[in-house]
Amino acid sequence: MSRIALLGPQRLQPFVGEVARELEPHGSGAAITAGWQEHEDAVVELHEHLDRHTYNLDLYKRTEEVLRHDSSFADAYRERQNELRELQAYYRLRLDAAIEGVTALERRAERGPRWEEAHTDAMRALRTLDLEHATRIVEGNARFEEHHRPLEHGHIRKHHRQLRKMIDDAAFVAIAGGHVAVLLNRMRLFGLAELLAGKTIIAWSAGAMAISETIVLFHDNPPQGAGNAEILENGLGLARGVLLLPHAKRRLDLASQERIARLTTRFSPLRCIPMDEGDRIDLENGVILTNRPHRELTTAGAVETAGV
Amino acid sequence: MTPVTDTMTARETLQMWIDEGAPDAAAIDAFIEQNSFPIVEPGSVTYVFHGQADGVNLRHFVFGLPSTQPLHRVPHSDLWYLTLDLPDCSRMEYKFELLFHGQGKWIEDPLNPNRALDPFGANSVLQSYGYEHPDWTRHDPEAREGTIEELRFRSRSLHHDYPVSLYKPARFRRTRRYPLLIVMDGGDYLHFSKMKTVLDNLIHRLEVSEMIVAFTHPRDRLNEYAAMPEHDRFLAEELTPRLESRYPLIGTREGRGLMGASFGALASFSTALRYPDMFGGLLLQSGSFAFTDIGEQQRGPAFEPVVEFVNRYRAKPVPMAEKVFVSCGMYESLIYENRSMVPLLQSTDMDVRYVESRDGHNWENWRDRMRDGLSFLFPGPLWMVYE
Repeated sequence: MSRIALLGPQRLQPFVGEVARELEPHGSGAAITAGWQEHEDAVVELHEHLDRHTYNLDLYKRTEEVLRHDSSFADAYRERQNELRELQAYYRLRLDAAIEGVTALERRAERGPRWEEAHTDAMRALRTLDLEHATRIVEGNARFEEHHRPLEHGHIRKHHRQLRKMIDDAAFVAIAGGHVAVLLNRMRLFGLAELLAGKTIIAWSAGAMAISETIVLFHDNPPQGAGNAEILENGLGLARGVLLLPHAKRRLDLASQERIARLTTRFSPLRCIPMDEGDRIDLENGVILTNRPHRELTTAGAVETAGV
Repeated sequence: MTPVTDTMTARETLQMWIDEGAPDAAAIDAFIEQNSFPIVEPGSVTYVFHGQADGVNLRHFVFGLPSTQPLHRVPHSDLWYLTLDLPDCSRMEYKFELLFHGQGKWIEDPLNPNRALDPFGANSVLQSYGYEHPDWTRHDPEAREGTIEELRFRSRSLHHDYPVSLYKPARFRRTRRYPLLIVMDGGDYLHFSKMKTVLDNLIHRLEVSEMIVAFTHPRDRLNEYAAMPEHDRFLAEELTPRLESRYPLIGTREGRGLMGASFGALASFSTALRYPDMFGGLLLQSGSFAFTDIGEQQRGPAFEPVVEFVNRYRAKPVPMAEKVFVSCGMYESLIYENRSMVPLLQSTDMDVRYVESRDGHNWENWRDRMRDGLSFLFPGPLWMVYE
């Protein structure tokens, strides 16, 4: 049985140590902090919280080394990153129009008898766009894997072997937040989905997003742009059925019933879980334990406490 | 005399005294003690002065309103007042002029603690109903602080040393590549617009990219910034390459930007125009884009080269950057010139963002617009980072 605890942000009120002691009282830990990029090794505080021997898996540093030593793979890897950026840019353009289709209907003061149907159709078009985008990325990732077979490259294979051993030896793996795309790319490069399967995992913020099924980037009030939530891509899929929304209080307009309803309807049947300081959800075999209290956003646009 | 009750607003109390005559000095002292001034209400503001004078004038710098307006005396008292209609969310810098025997003496409003510093001293600041002092302009103890390094560059173009204060972001690393922003009137932006605090905060909030910022300090501002080719050459051919050889900078057009206010905006503009392949981003605040459609310009000799330069651009607008952010206060005389410049810039297919505010030609107006401008030119990783 695999156990996963997904936590809210740990910077201000860290409780990752308590959760680790509860889930795995004994044994050493392994940590993934690749989301911190060049600051990956700034782990003193994290180690203090965990209060036991913890190896850092150094995924960011390992990736840099691979890219330095394997230039043909590095070229292909960068080309794939450029491709992903391009796809995201086109998706965003189409997304603006699709979301405007939904919100224009919602802004309409006079709603005739066919309004509901029109709104459902507009929402379906939006969901289809999301699905198409996610599918394009999955297909592209599969092509990349098949063509370049990263795990068969000497440097990557060496790291993969070392990582397997470190993860096998650890009682749990802690995955910190940070830059979600960087974190996900590094985890995917070294085949972490397979290595983490069955392990006890404690992940927060971007770390939790990266191991979930679908990663959605969001901010209702960014300094620039419309703040339209967008799919980044599928995560590693170790935590299923949930859409994780770290820093929800800061990044989402939780008072706007309309916005919340749009978000939850758009991504249903995923359960939209706001993850603020102190929040925690637990999963067994990748599925949320619904009998533990946690907050959820509803399709009616409310924030409710579930699992009480 | 009707007594003052707890439910009366400051304005209502004042109005009662205007209508019925002033109460005794103790009641006025209590009124002053218990209220904040000016009295701000939706859509209007009432300035109050308490003291001896032959007359009191409001002196301000709002273009479009008479710059001198007399306060009225509450009958039989030393309490003076003036109510003005003022749109919500406005900022206005002002002073009082006290008149004694026909002589005027300018002072800051003694009842208003809000002050704005500028190179000429300080002004009182009125914040009308709805104005919010942006929290990202105040020191945030959680934001890691960048550092400032003082440098000097010998300029062959200008034939003198040019001081530069170089901002490096917190957790600066030589292994990274940073964008470069060159800022005109660097000392004023640092001192009066608190730009280091703003950068620390916006970088901490991930709203703008970590960047290196060169705050330049002009020696002969009005000449150097008036589209002077030697100054532009110094920025593009001397300062930029020297910084790029010493610091880990991106070193491409999209990784470089220029920023300035007033004449400093003009200097940024003229540099980018003379070196169109060098700078990808322009942040132009209340630019001195004076021009003439017919006749002579009326702004004085300092504007002669400016008008000539801007007229030339207006005759044939061309792109000079990828992104241009323009801001201007509605209460400044340059609003007409800035509004006129925007469609010309847009006609060149550059990505142009224009923001207006209910404010004047001052450093706090420019401070309050920095989040919009900097995040537009150099967006941070906010969208991708979940700590």
